[in-house]
Amino acid sequence: MLWACLRFPGLAFSAAFAATPEAGPSALLDDRSRQRLIAIPNEEAARAGVRRGQNLAGARALCPALEVRPRDRDAEARLLAELAAWCYQFSGHVSLVPPGAILMEVGASLRLFDGWPVLARRLQEGLSEQGHAHTIAATPFPAASWVFAASADGMVVPEREGVLRMLAALPLARGGLPATTVKALHSMGFRRMEDIFRLPRPELTRRIGKEGVNWLDRIRGQSAHALPAWQPPPHFRQRIEFDSELDGSQPLLFPLRRLTRSLANLLAARDGGVQRFTLTLEHARGATTRIVVAMAAPQRDAERLFELARTRLERTTLPAPARAIELDAEELPVFRPLVRDLFEPVRGDGLDWPTLDERLRARLGDAALRQIAMVADHRPERATRYGTPGPVVELPRRRRPLWLLPRPLPMRPVPAAVLAGPERIESGWWDGEDARRDYYIVRTQHGQHAWAYLPPGTLDGWMLHGWFA
Amino acid sequence: MTAALATPTLAQVLDHPGIWRRSAERQPRVRALSTGWTSLDAKLPGGGWPQGALSEILFEHDGLGELDLVMPALAALTQEHRRVIFIAPPYVPYAPALAAAGVDLRFLHEIHAGSTEAAWSMEQCLRSGCCGAVVGWLPDIDYRSLRRLQLAAESGDACAMIFRPADHAAQNSPAALRLRVSNSDEATYVDVLKSRGLLTTTAPLLRMRA
Repeated sequence: MLWACLRFPGLAFSAAFAATPEAGPSALLDDRSRQRLIAIPNEEAARAGVRRGQNLAGARALCPALEVRPRDRDAEARLLAELAAWCYQFSGHVSLVPPGAILMEVGASLRLFDGWPVLARRLQEGLSEQGHAHTIAATPFPAASWVFAASADGMVVPEREGVLRMLAALPLARGGLPATTVKALHSMGFRRMEDIFRLPRPELTRRIGKEGVNWLDRIRGQSAHALPAWQPPPHFRQRIEFDSELDGSQPLLFPLRRLTRSLANLLAARDGGVQRFTLTLEHARGATTRIVVAMAAPQRDAERLFELARTRLERTTLPAPARAIELDAEELPVFRPLVRDLFEPVRGDGLDWPTLDERLRARLGDAALRQIAMVADHRPERATRYGTPGPVVELPRRRRPLWLLPRPLPMRPVPAAVLAGPERIESGWWDGEDARRDYYIVRTQHGQHAWAYLPPGTLDGWMLHGWFA
Repeated sequence: MTAALATPTLAQVLDHPGIWRRSAERQPRVRALSTGWTSLDAKLPGGGWPQGALSEILFEHDGLGELDLVMPALAALTQEHRRVIFIAPPYVPYAPALAAAGVDLRFLHEIHAGSTEAAWSMEQCLRSGCCGAVVGWLPDIDYRSLRRLQLAAESGDACAMIFRPADHAAQNSPAALRLRVSNSDEATYVDVLKSRGLLTTTAPLLRMRA
């Protein structure tokens, strides 16, 4: 067993600033105290002198440009679950350690990913690409990994003796014990972990309590540590609320990218795809705009999903500025990657039809792409329709034109010669749209062959209905 | 040194790939898709619609049989489960007649678009490499766009066909094949205006439909 621990020190910030990227000095406010106290300042704010526990007025005095947001623990939990979804592609046992860490068993995956250095690099590259600051460490014991992820980024210790040696050298404050316990131990003169490891067990229990001793057992791997395994949820729903109203589609792209990325993370975890999702934009007074993004085949690639959603969003005119955006995906079908024949030459861009179809639909709209189906009806205008072609119905016995006029037009000048006909078509009495016509194949003075009809029993009133193109 | 730079023989010079010699037995190779019309196939280099190239069909009027000219080839493509795309057709493609011509309607798609979108969609379809043939009705397309379509057809190795009014026959065009469909004496004639790789310059009119 090798447990890797990922810690995300910037998680609270990413969760609170999901709608707009944080820029400049900013800080999170404590959500548990009544006063407005600074909970976490970012680096720039810290440089200006903003400290944890300061009140807001004091912090503003030090740094007038400070931007603050209340801490959002729900959003943090969601973001952590989303990161777990992403990690799930590397390990079958991923466990959440709130507020800002994930443990995963990677011992079983090492061979698949060509060993720890490669796996660690993939984890780090993937997380950096998503913009999450992180630290990582791996040891055979989950608790020890958690401890080392905070103090020794990038460390991997595969054997027990090494872990014990490293733990022994740690200062007490880094050992993961509660702050009060650490303070008490300090006042007793203990400085390093090795000092307390040497104490007899009853003695130690008396000083730091049963829980403290349990913790020490866990980091040294002397007691088992059951970790609940995270399971990917069956559907996806995520919402980002904005501080101010965003007007137009351009400012919505940043939160949209975030949503599609987390959807892609979940899809990767489920080894699934998405064929249809809904974007809901919320406006003032409860008004909403729904944009349905449907694809020809399930997709899972973050970039592709973002591009699709973006083109749909940009084509939609929003009635009012948006206050929040939500992405909803109910069905996450199994993803089947494109299978190509080994010997089939790849032509051009090498796109498959669903991809091309999507590209065209994204720009032209769904209505622009059509297929033509045959319908068993004697009335010519009813024998063809736009829709999915079904089984072949009976073919017409007589010649039919390739072009049909959308509706018959009076024919001027009248035909120069009749080539064939008449063919009586009489049908439709049952649905109130009777048609009684005598069809002829005629030639015009320009030599065009046309399909035209006369009302039965008359010799003029030619109506043009098609071209033998 | 001088020995290495010996004057090359005439045969060596002529072997250079940059030199093209016109001869009866070394016809340039054109990959083509049979038109289904024997007399027309005989006129065209490679014996059909050039693959990976643009063909232009200039017709005087609707209803001269201009679409009949391409139907056998399109039907053959759909029967091989290759996609055929109609872009901005001027009328409703009539399903019973298409089916009677042998078209498998499952592989026929129509794109309904304005003139600029039509040229864009045609280029996308040609370039994608997943369409057998793309047929467009683009009456007011300009030379540059035609050139783009020709290049797209080359890169996607698709058969591009474009229908335009016969007035454009006098204009220059980058198409590999240009046909004019006209009518006189109550019969339809097909005239090969231009054909890449065709050696005979005088092509008699072809009588298609009485």
